[in-house]
Amino acid sequence: MRSHAFTAALAAGLMLALVAPVTAQGPIKIGEINSFSGIGAPFTGPYKQAVEMAVEEVNARGGVLGRKVEVVFRDDKGQPAEAVKQAQELVTGEKVALISGTFLSNVGLAVSDWAKQNQTLFVAAEPLTEAITWSKGHDHVFRVRPNTYEQGRMLADKAGKLKYTKWATIGPNYEYGKRAWETFRDRLKQLKPEVQVVGEHWPTLGKLEAGPFVTAILNQNPDALYVSLFGSDWLAFVREAQKRGLFQKMFVVGILLGEPEYMDPLKTEAPEGMLVTGYPWYDIDAPAHKEFVARFTKKYDHNPVLGSLVGYVTYLSIFEAIRKAGATDADKLVAAFRGLKVETPVGPISYRASDGQSTMGAWVGTTRLDPKRGVGIMVNYEYVPGERVLPSDEEVKKMRAGQ
Amino acid sequence: MSPSLIVLQVLSGLAHAMVLFLIASGLSLIFGVTRIVNFAHGSFYMLAAYITYTLAAVLPLGPASFYVAVLLAALGTGLVGLVVEVVLLRRVYRAPELYQLLLTFALVLVIADVVALVWGRENKTGPAAPGLERSVRILGQLFPSYDLVLVAVGPAVALALWWVFYRTRWGVLIRAASLDREMVAVLGIDQRRLFTSVFVLGSALAGLGGALQVPRQALTNVMDTTILTEAFVVVVIGGMGSLPGALLAAIVIGVVDALGVLWLPSASLVMTFAVMAIVLIVRPWGLLGRPEAPGRGAGGVVGGARPPAVRNAAVPALLALLLLPPWLPSFWVLVLVEVLVFALFAASLHLLMGTGGMVSFGHAVTFGLGAYGAALLVQAARVPMLLAFLAAPLVAALGATLIGFFCVRLSSIYFAMLTLAFCQIAYAVAHQWYDVTGGDNGLLGIWPPPWLAAPLAYYYFALAACGGGLALVAVIGRAPFGLTLRAIRDHPRRAEASGVNVRLHQWRAFVVAGLFGGLAGATFVFLKGSAFPNYLTISMSVEPLVMVLLGGIGSLAGAPVGAAVYTVLDTVVSSYTEYWQLVLGAILLALVLAFPHGLVGLLAGRRRE
Repeated sequence: MRSHAFTAALAAGLMLALVAPVTAQGPIKIGEINSFSGIGAPFTGPYKQAVEMAVEEVNARGGVLGRKVEVVFRDDKGQPAEAVKQAQELVTGEKVALISGTFLSNVGLAVSDWAKQNQTLFVAAEPLTEAITWSKGHDHVFRVRPNTYEQGRMLADKAGKLKYTKWATIGPNYEYGKRAWETFRDRLKQLKPEVQVVGEHWPTLGKLEAGPFVTAILNQNPDALYVSLFGSDWLAFVREAQKRGLFQKMFVVGILLGEPEYMDPLKTEAPEGMLVTGYPWYDIDAPAHKEFVARFTKKYDHNPVLGSLVGYVTYLSIFEAIRKAGATDADKLVAAFRGLKVETPVGPISYRASDGQSTMGAWVGTTRLDPKRGVGIMVNYEYVPGERVLPSDEEVKKMRAGQ
Repeated sequence: MSPSLIVLQVLSGLAHAMVLFLIASGLSLIFGVTRIVNFAHGSFYMLAAYITYTLAAVLPLGPASFYVAVLLAALGTGLVGLVVEVVLLRRVYRAPELYQLLLTFALVLVIADVVALVWGRENKTGPAAPGLERSVRILGQLFPSYDLVLVAVGPAVALALWWVFYRTRWGVLIRAASLDREMVAVLGIDQRRLFTSVFVLGSALAGLGGALQVPRQALTNVMDTTILTEAFVVVVIGGMGSLPGALLAAIVIGVVDALGVLWLPSASLVMTFAVMAIVLIVRPWGLLGRPEAPGRGAGGVVGGARPPAVRNAAVPALLALLLLPPWLPSFWVLVLVEVLVFALFAASLHLLMGTGGMVSFGHAVTFGLGAYGAALLVQAARVPMLLAFLAAPLVAALGATLIGFFCVRLSSIYFAMLTLAFCQIAYAVAHQWYDVTGGDNGLLGIWPPPWLAAPLAYYYFALAACGGGLALVAVIGRAPFGLTLRAIRDHPRRAEASGVNVRLHQWRAFVVAGLFGGLAGATFVFLKGSAFPNYLTISMSVEPLVMVLLGGIGSLAGAPVGAAVYTVLDTVVSSYTEYWQLVLGAILLALVLAFPHGLVGLLAGRRRE
């Protein structure tokens, strides 16, 4: 008996010894790098709020793997080199388990490349460039938001069914603007070979003096215009286009422009009848989404924007991956993310094993003015899941081998 | 292309030009009289736009609210200018001229975050101008009434300014002061009042420009820097200090931009800078500017020998740099690499602006050429890292040879702006040439080989490269080469008379500075693993300038000291708050006011006393 008691005591002691370090491990730390100042800053505030909400909620339910979650926020100031510096500090100083975030494409790419070099998991939340998961893709990077290619293709699939054949475009003079147009144009021509392009306009990002561009477009007399402007450029463009009657003279397609980020600042000036990708948070019926909106609005006293949804989904995904991995070391987390399935407010999504792109989709619809709230909204929209527009695993393999 | 289209484009261009003129005229006026390169001019513009936004919504005057708001915003900005001039700038008038620039740079940081704190970071659209929301038909096309009014407002303001300058006593004094400040002072005119009044008027003009933009443009936290470069371009093309020049240049830029939309749609990124480069190469003092009086070298104060305090500190500093890092956390080791990179980068700029008296606003071009040179050699040409590292500075020197050829023909602010133009053109190339540079997505995966990959290993590598570079810059500065350069800075005509080929010598200095700037860039690229067009932006040119001034332009030691203080401050502050600009700006302000000759300048001064 005594020997039994001894064994039991020994076992209990061993158990304690094994368990104690686990409970004493402290919180799971996640490093979040984003443009909280600089040119991305207008869009990262509501993202951060949703991240904080997601973390509070998971901690209220006891955390993940029995540990609290703590997010360490760092500002990249919109500079890739600064983001790399922060990544270094988060991993070596703060000992975070993984890095997530980023808004600007070049910042996302810089962090992704650093993560590849240092074998750290990077969950890219918002950057749109296809390169992150395709031509510059690697094992350690995953991306949440539907990329430029997917959104351009969603719009082309709808626009291809319409009667317009003479197209023009205006977009910021950098990769996003160019790729947003190319994917759209190529798909459109595939669906409708008679399409011709009568004008391309590439103003400098953040410096649009809109009047001359609107006049030039009007004089090219297209049936339809594809717009990939955003931020302050988009707001300035709408002003001048409204005054010069552009929206009455042609059909307008706008990538991302249905997102509250770009609709809300226009208030009642928002143009009607545009075909856009966006986020109709006010009108999505799924109960989980309604609860998300209610909690967010209650907590922050303003409505969520697309960035908020992406932030929330990003952190739900991270929590799920940690649970699935049962650990926080990079190898296991990477393995867990591959093919990971996550329940989100907008339904189930998964992270593709072939390229790490999530299958989260976007909403495609038409803009209308909501006289009650005094802002532009999306109507007649459809949620297009990522699976419908993403290239096959075979094509991904080819794109990834190209580097 | 129909003639009516061209008429409309020109009209659109003119509306833009008039806003530009308002802002540029204020900047030109301030520079003309006080010789202050006012970086905060764009901040006043932004402030006025936000004030208008709020007042127009709050004032209970119905449709008149907007117009009253515009006037109040302009007056309010003038008031801010008054406070800035009286409380801050007056304290540093005795310091070398460039310290006023450093002070206004600190103000840019502070005002940017004050705006973010008060109005938030989201983009905003302000109200339309009541009564002018609609358009009129011109040649069968709609044209906004508001823009038409702007086209009239510009010349009206120009006329009013003309009246003030040619018909009032104050205006005569202003004109006299912009020609010869000392003479005006000798004649018993109170310069302080003159300076204050000019600064207030200039700031109010920036404010008026900002307020009038509200119905046309979105309000953003970055509209200050966007407009600042454009205003500088206008002022320089027109000729610093010349109001008719500013008007003419604003019209040229506005109309060229608008017509460029029709004829060169992809060139928008470089259009204005290309125009500026051409104008400056053909007319080195701008369209209507006057050649500056000779001998106004900007460095002006660099002493001969190194201050003893610096000499005594050099050995312990080097020992610390050699021995301490193994005990530092690896993040701080990497921050130290950044310090080394910027120390060399700032030192290479110091050779130009301190020793040579040539202030460059485009020194980032050497950094960027070094960075892209190394990255492309490694990635496209598959050259081993070490070889690429050694070749990259040569790439930068080659670029500097070409750019220097044009720039050294100019002096003072015109030299500075032409370097900026070339830097901006290099930026556009890096940004647009996707096949080679990867465009804005940059070049990735430029990491050092495994034996250098560990932070500590790379640190010692960088210490050898940048420390060696610094030592060489110091040697060059005190060699006959550097002494000749100083002679040119202090008295170009005497130097010429004693047989120095002034331009050739300055050109050589430009190339040498480029070489070391390139070395800094190459060290940086292997630290970050990537090269981006961001390395060629204006802020990348301004940072080493700030570091040199912060450390003290009077001695080469100022460059590494300034680089260390700035980099460490920036790193620490921005890990605590996203309002790092406010904190950093406030610290810089305090430092400028406390040490108006830079940190090293203080040490040197104390010893001498």
